[in-house]
Amino acid sequence: MKLSSDTAPAKPRLYPRNGKNIAMAAPIVILLLVFLVYPVGQLLTLSIHNKTGFTLVEYKRLFASSVYVEVLLITLKISLLTTFFSVLIGYPVALLISKLTGKRKNRVLYWVLLSFWTSFLVRTFAWMILLERHGVINWALMHLGLIDQPLNLLYSLPAVLIGMVHSLMPLAILTMLSVMENIDQRLPSAASTLGARPGTVFWRVYFPLSLPGVASAALMVFVTAIGFFITPTLLGGRHDTMITQLIIDQVMQSLNWGFAGAISVLLLVVVLAVFVIYDRLIGLSTMAGGSAGATAARGNRHASRKLGEWTLAWLGNLTDLALRFLPGSRKHAAQGGGLPLRLVALVVVVFLSAPAFLMIPLSFDSVPGLAWPPHGVSPQWYQQVVDSPLWMSAIVRSMVVGVGTGVLSMLIGTPAAFLLVRGGLRGNAAILAFILAPIIVPRMILAVGLFYFFAKIGLVGSSLGLVLGHTVVAVPYVVITMMAVLRNYDIRLDFAAQSMGARPFTTLRRVTFPILGAGLLSAFLFAFATSFDDLTIALFSSGGVSTTLPKQFWDTVTQELSPVIAAVSTGLFLFIFILISVADRLRRRSLAS
Amino acid sequence: MTATNLQITGLCKRYGDFVALAPTDLDVAQGEFLTLLGPSGSGKTTLLSLIAGLARPDDGCIRLNGADVTYGAPYERDMGMVFQNYALFPHMTVAENIAFPLQMRKVGAASARKRVQEALEMVHLPHVAGRYPRELSGGQQQRIALARCIVYRPSIILMDEPLGALDKKLRDHMQIEIKRLHRDLGATVIYVTHDQEEAMTMSDRICLMNAGEIAQLGAPADLYFRPKSVFVADFLGESNLLDAVVTARDGGEVRVSMHGADMGRAMIYDPQVKAGANVKLMLRPQNVRIDAAGHDAAQAGARIPATLTDIMVTGGMTKLYLKSTAAKAEPLVVAFPTNRLGARYEIGQTLQLSWAQADAVAIAQ
Repeated sequence: MKLSSDTAPAKPRLYPRNGKNIAMAAPIVILLLVFLVYPVGQLLTLSIHNKTGFTLVEYKRLFASSVYVEVLLITLKISLLTTFFSVLIGYPVALLISKLTGKRKNRVLYWVLLSFWTSFLVRTFAWMILLERHGVINWALMHLGLIDQPLNLLYSLPAVLIGMVHSLMPLAILTMLSVMENIDQRLPSAASTLGARPGTVFWRVYFPLSLPGVASAALMVFVTAIGFFITPTLLGGRHDTMITQLIIDQVMQSLNWGFAGAISVLLLVVVLAVFVIYDRLIGLSTMAGGSAGATAARGNRHASRKLGEWTLAWLGNLTDLALRFLPGSRKHAAQGGGLPLRLVALVVVVFLSAPAFLMIPLSFDSVPGLAWPPHGVSPQWYQQVVDSPLWMSAIVRSMVVGVGTGVLSMLIGTPAAFLLVRGGLRGNAAILAFILAPIIVPRMILAVGLFYFFAKIGLVGSSLGLVLGHTVVAVPYVVITMMAVLRNYDIRLDFAAQSMGARPFTTLRRVTFPILGAGLLSAFLFAFATSFDDLTIALFSSGGVSTTLPKQFWDTVTQELSPVIAAVSTGLFLFIFILISVADRLRRRSLAS
Repeated sequence: MTATNLQITGLCKRYGDFVALAPTDLDVAQGEFLTLLGPSGSGKTTLLSLIAGLARPDDGCIRLNGADVTYGAPYERDMGMVFQNYALFPHMTVAENIAFPLQMRKVGAASARKRVQEALEMVHLPHVAGRYPRELSGGQQQRIALARCIVYRPSIILMDEPLGALDKKLRDHMQIEIKRLHRDLGATVIYVTHDQEEAMTMSDRICLMNAGEIAQLGAPADLYFRPKSVFVADFLGESNLLDAVVTARDGGEVRVSMHGADMGRAMIYDPQVKAGANVKLMLRPQNVRIDAAGHDAAQAGARIPATLTDIMVTGGMTKLYLKSTAAKAEPLVVAFPTNRLGARYEIGQTLQLSWAQADAVAIAQ
């Protein structure tokens, strides 16, 4: 970080020509204007405009019925609860990972990453068969003699919450971890030499420094949760409907664009309001890795600050009192991460990983029904997938669209990242905010907008349409990854090569790209995975012969619980497993060289 | 006789097969300024961490004012520590940082406020109380770290390369400041550095460490003039170390020869060395004389001819690099205060070098 801030002011001279800057920025700007701003804008316009002109009839309808307001309240309730539990339970895991080093750190982090990258569909399906009447949980409870009759665990609010927390906790953990890793580990040591007991060290020093991570994790989880429809549809009952499900209904069943637009506006307003509140309270700059101290300085409002300090001091004393009753040999007591922390982290990692592994045996079951325990071993469900032209063409389609999205996102995102890191432009923050917009705008709104737009220009059901749509949502990740890669790259190496007589292209080929290779690959994989995993855009814009794998998965799973889905899920899980392992190995090799 | 403040016996620490600190004994007197000096990896920071309680020893004992604190938690030891990069809490103001140890000791708010102000005045920064650490310069942060440490008057202050991140001028200034605080407070200071000049200027005693062991412990002048080993002679200041053989021993003096030629007498501080032993003859560059041509002094003592290979004016001192024609072409350095006469030397010229007997020290190999 220091290096980049030191060298940043000197950079504008590197690329002095404006024409070059425009050429590098143009692709991403055009992409976002045509395939994000225009379709979303059009959808929003549809909500206040019909054949007769300006109208608010859709909004009147929205607020006239208590049904829609109730759905909004349920959405908020589920999102807030999901955020609360994801952050609360994720915190100790992030804390432990930040304190571990070397191989042990990689091992714990690996499980979190595996869960993070596994498709929401696969994970939600795993919970479906876990919570089923004949699922493993009911089976275990019956065998323990706790219940006589299987419970109806599925299609309830707790099921939705478990599924959503399971889906979003890895995101919370990774967001908090990124802040915790940057906390100077000497500060807790310093506090203890100054006389602070462990509880006080945590609550007065460590916890306040980790708060920006907690806040941005909460923000990320909340805005993701509010746009969820997979989990509430598959695990929830009729009373657990969320707002994006309403949008789907309006588009798919009644083709009521105006009303879908009005709901989208409502959703967008809520998301933007959350961002504004966050910025007021904490400051969005912390999201971009701003220092923890900067946050504390903003919060210099006396009464609230004193109350906060008093609370933390009180929590510290309480923890110290509690710790005093714990037995433990002085000589061998571990510093930092103690046994309780490890236990909590272990339980969470098992919670994150177990569902996928419990699903695997059922995919080999010899009888249908997905009942626990499996009755025998048979490859028949895999055979069915391989024999089905529907599944096979969906797999091929997803691969093609994924690779296409990866390539296009790299072509468009990499120049933009170069420009942002090295161009020394004024208004960098505004450009970055624009590029990140596809992440902030709920994907459902984009998907509906694109559907309307594609229908007019005949791109519905085409691979090109899917690639374009997926590139819009993948390109921000490519830009962020590439910016991080370029920031860490020492530009003096380029100068060194040039001073030895290498021309710009040779420098790029012989020095820049070989060093950035791993970063380029991970940016590509990010884009590929975003596309491969997407259901929202594919839900509308793919269909018939152009069905993608998630769409085919969704169409099947919403109709019946079949072991074929378990086989597909196992395959997807293995695919991600291999992808992460390969990426991890490549990354390590590039670090070793 | 001053009281012993800190007593370390048989303290050791291993990381796997790596011995970070071999069993070590060390006593530190009340009010003493002791420096742990050594190259990186010599065990000085390990020893400091063990004293602070930030690491746990494998064996041995640490006594603070008579009480065993070997396995005590850091917060139970009455010690203060100044960290390498200051470790100021970024989310607290300067005043809150300094008040932190007082709050831990349940000092009342009014009294704490007064003591924070006093501490800030002691480090000459009374006006920065409301600022955050990042708003201060490196030198100012360093002073705040000192203030946070002295505010609760710990009986021992530990400093881990506290001036490492400062530039040379600021470092010189802070050295004087730290010495002044040490005098005014009368606290014991254990100071870690790898800078031998810093160690020489600041310390009452230097504990020079190498490969996890104490190489020599003593006053700076002791280590400089009476090094016990080649490592000490080499680490502290520049020195010429020439191969020599002891031909006779007479109490604290030996007679040495180099390549068969008698080199006169030299001081010896190692009782083990006997006639016939191989030694290194240590000559500090500024103690080697260049005899004027034709000045054939009849005075007793050795004299070696050497060819001038390089001349360097390093500010206040001029250094001549030579190859002795007598001593197997060994490289030699001679230093003298820079003056106009330095210009009369020419590269390639042969010079006669000699030294006073008392300035030559024989060190066992």
